[in-house]
Amino acid sequence: MIGYALLFGFVCLSLAFLLNLWRLVLGPTLTDRVLAGDTMVINVIALIMLYGIMETTAVYFEAALLFAMFGFISTVAYCKFLLRGDVIE
Amino acid sequence: MASPAKPGFFKRYLPHPLLTLTLTVVWMLLLNSLSWGGLVVGLVLGILIPILSSHFWPDRPRLKSLHKFISYALVVMWDIVVANIQVAYLILFRRADKLRSCWISVPLDLKSPEAITLLAGTVTMTPGTVSSDLSADGRALLVHCLDAPDPAAAVAHIKTRYEARLKEIFE
Amino acid sequence: MDKIFFAELLVSVLIVAGGIFSLVGSFGLIKLKDLMTRLHAPTKATTLGVGSTLLASMVYFLVFESKISMHEILILLFLFLTAPITAHFVAKAYLLRHTDPQKDLPQTQRPHGWSTFDAPPASPTKPPSPKADG
Repeated sequence: MIGYALLFGFVCLSLAFLLNLWRLVLGPTLTDRVLAGDTMVINVIALIMLYGIMETTAVYFEAALLFAMFGFISTVAYCKFLLRGDVIE
Repeated sequence: MASPAKPGFFKRYLPHPLLTLTLTVVWMLLLNSLSWGGLVVGLVLGILIPILSSHFWPDRPRLKSLHKFISYALVVMWDIVVANIQVAYLILFRRADKLRSCWISVPLDLKSPEAITLLAGTVTMTPGTVSSDLSADGRALLVHCLDAPDPAAAVAHIKTRYEARLKEIFE
Repeated sequence: MDKIFFAELLVSVLIVAGGIFSLVGSFGLIKLKDLMTRLHAPTKATTLGVGSTLLASMVYFLVFESKISMHEILILLFLFLTAPITAHFVAKAYLLRHTDPQKDLPQTQRPHGWSTFDAPPASPTKPPSPKADG
């Protein structure tokens, strides 16, 4: 049963990822692209968690944690750049 | 906080007891196992980091009552789940041009920066609202509503449900 | 036997819910018309998507591997703390670049305008909020 659920989850997340890519390429404004990138990071975290369940290993948690941190910092840095024209003032 | 002539022992070596506790717990969660060695390292980090960074935290946010804070956290968690289902419903079953989205300006009674930050975060995570900006003097919050037929009711909802509780906790 | 079955059911339901919420959030990113409404989709739907996936992982490791796994709570807390901040920053960047504070936004009902456009008042009668200088 978990196997089928995992398959379903992978399909959903891959579709979500394609939609995000679409917005990333299409996005009329720069802020749209930043938002698409941020959503992609969150989806990647979910994907890593599902992969961890499938492989029954806890090795990937650190990867997910690092992804969460880098995603947050890169989004904030990008927005700060858009707001101020500089990242560190 | 006016600094007295001779800071007491706790003021000097434990400037932020809550921060110490949080850092230790986060370290234990990161280790993902319970061991005395880990606890000692966590406590050392939890005591050293607040002392080293105490210049950046001149005031400490005061929690009036812990159980009110916990009940607030539970209310917010429930609202997050409701918000997600509501927003998912709006995305799936509402035509995009039928959404009555609007900006509202919420005047704030809260004064402490921590409380305002918490309110802004709560507003973003709860049904159909995203906090977008703060007025330059920090006394009004700009909120975007995804689907609000009645903007005044949305303002009243935020003020009664979240701000009143936060006011009880922090002020 | 029944306990194992219910645990499997719980994990499966959580995984499926997580997948659906993530998909709906990303679908909202495509469907909605302008950035401010789009911002609602990933901040809410996706957060619950990731949240239920993390819960599924926690239950799975607790029941089938009998390990208490705490990393998920950490990731969940981190995401719930940072999602409003990224949303706030994206909104501010959008406000600065694509809106007119006189025409599009409501008034603050204060002597000062919104902080993205106006400088904070000079006299520090009250410490500025940490978000005000973003």
